[in-house]
Amino acid sequence: MVRRYLRLLTVQLKASGLQALQYRADFFTDGFTSLCWVFTALAPLFVVYSSRPEVEGWSFGEALLVVGWFTLLQGILEGAINPSLTGVVEHIRKGTLDFVLLKPADAQFLVSTQRFLPWRAFNVLTGLGLFIYAFLLLGRGPSPLGLLTSLLLLGTSTVLLYSLWILTVSAAFFVVRVDNLTYLFTSIFDFARWPSSVFKGVAKGALTLVFTYVIPLALMTTFPAEAMLGRLPALSLVGAVVGSAAFAWVARRVWIRSIGHYTSASS
Amino acid sequence: MNARGLLRALPTMLRVSFAESVAYRAEMFVWVLSTTMPLVNMVLWMAVAKSAPVGNFGQADFVGYFLATFAVRQLTSAWAAWLINWEVKQGTLAMRLLRPISPLWGYASDNVAGFPMRVVVALPVVLLSIALVGADKAVPQHAWQWGLFLVAVLGGWAITFLANVAIGALSLFLDSSQKMMEVWMVLFFVCSGYMYPVEFLPEGLRTVIDWLPFRYQMGLPVELMTNAHDLPTALGLVARQWAWVLGMGALAVGLWKQGVKRFAAFGG
Repeated sequence: MVRRYLRLLTVQLKASGLQALQYRADFFTDGFTSLCWVFTALAPLFVVYSSRPEVEGWSFGEALLVVGWFTLLQGILEGAINPSLTGVVEHIRKGTLDFVLLKPADAQFLVSTQRFLPWRAFNVLTGLGLFIYAFLLLGRGPSPLGLLTSLLLLGTSTVLLYSLWILTVSAAFFVVRVDNLTYLFTSIFDFARWPSSVFKGVAKGALTLVFTYVIPLALMTTFPAEAMLGRLPALSLVGAVVGSAAFAWVARRVWIRSIGHYTSASS
Repeated sequence: MNARGLLRALPTMLRVSFAESVAYRAEMFVWVLSTTMPLVNMVLWMAVAKSAPVGNFGQADFVGYFLATFAVRQLTSAWAAWLINWEVKQGTLAMRLLRPISPLWGYASDNVAGFPMRVVVALPVVLLSIALVGADKAVPQHAWQWGLFLVAVLGGWAITFLANVAIGALSLFLDSSQKMMEVWMVLFFVCSGYMYPVEFLPEGLRTVIDWLPFRYQMGLPVELMTNAHDLPTALGLVARQWAWVLGMGALAVGLWKQGVKRFAAFGG
């Protein structure tokens, strides 16, 4: 069973890889635009930290780590999650999801792996570059344990992102015109670019609650950055792992319920 | 097509575009919700200003500034570049070219007719801003300020729209100019005052930005809305803005005229 799905995954990856190789120049154009967008994430930080050495307990180097995680996850989102799931919306609207449902494999697996954009992985490289720069500024390296925890959190963050995406896409079964819902999702993700403690002062901490429990953006970027710095409480780590597992479970349930609502549009 | 024919056609075109914007109101609402960038930056700056004000800006000033940014963004946004890219690629630009009126008027009327719906969205935000920080930090105080603000919003929209047309027209030379539009957007984000008031930038950089178009797309209307300038400064800045409108207009029309000659209607 697992081997069959692994084989399917390699097939899907190979198809996307071949397609990407046809457009090799995209590596440079995507890379260039990725660097440009990173600059927009950094520009406010430069301006902020030119007037203050520290904001809500985060120095420039530490805040840079959060931006690094934001960029890295954006790469995962745009390279591995977004392209497939935008395809699902298209399938639902045109009614071609029939062909996916007919295949003898899990539909969620098939739609989630149908398309990858490997060149977008450039964002991941940029994120790694930011980590190195940040630790150079901090004048020390991450602890091995911290690095290990942050790798674990990379896993949970990816699961969270993916689950949130599945939830968004499930909405497409009910309201068909959601191609810009995907855009909405990306712009809400923008809130993850600052350390989550900056939200403390807004609306008496209500925003912090929202971004920790409802849309767990804080878990995705701030937690791994704190883990790298070796100051993430163990309880938060457990919370992140349990929370992301719960989110994934809910997303799976919702997907199964929603797919029951699918009415082939064209035929 | 002469000016009289244009004047006769425009009301109808605007009516059609307005009906379209009403029909797709849910979609527009989602677009509005996805304008999170001013809010993302508002919370950051509020946290920064919590202990002490930054320059002339306290927490309340930041709230006023970024809510104004949100409202101005609604009123000055344009998306013609993406539309032109799409229509060139699909070949459907041919349908527009068949009409006895320049497609540019069609794109403009699509944009302008969305205004009433966008005002409906911007207004509650402005009211919220007045309720949160008081009228003197949220809206213009004198008649001349209102007048200049409206001129600046119109100018800001015009620069945005014409830049969109110019970059969109490049797709006729380059097959696709979407990446170029992305680069433009990045420059806009960084230089326009969309993410932070431009006065926080170092002196040298600000002189450069004063000569670039981006600040006049967003920063200037927002500054006029939050009463940052006295009359002579404001007049000078608005004059520069309109110089950019003229320059960008000439560039856009020139590129478009040269580009359309190359249009080959693939796929259409």
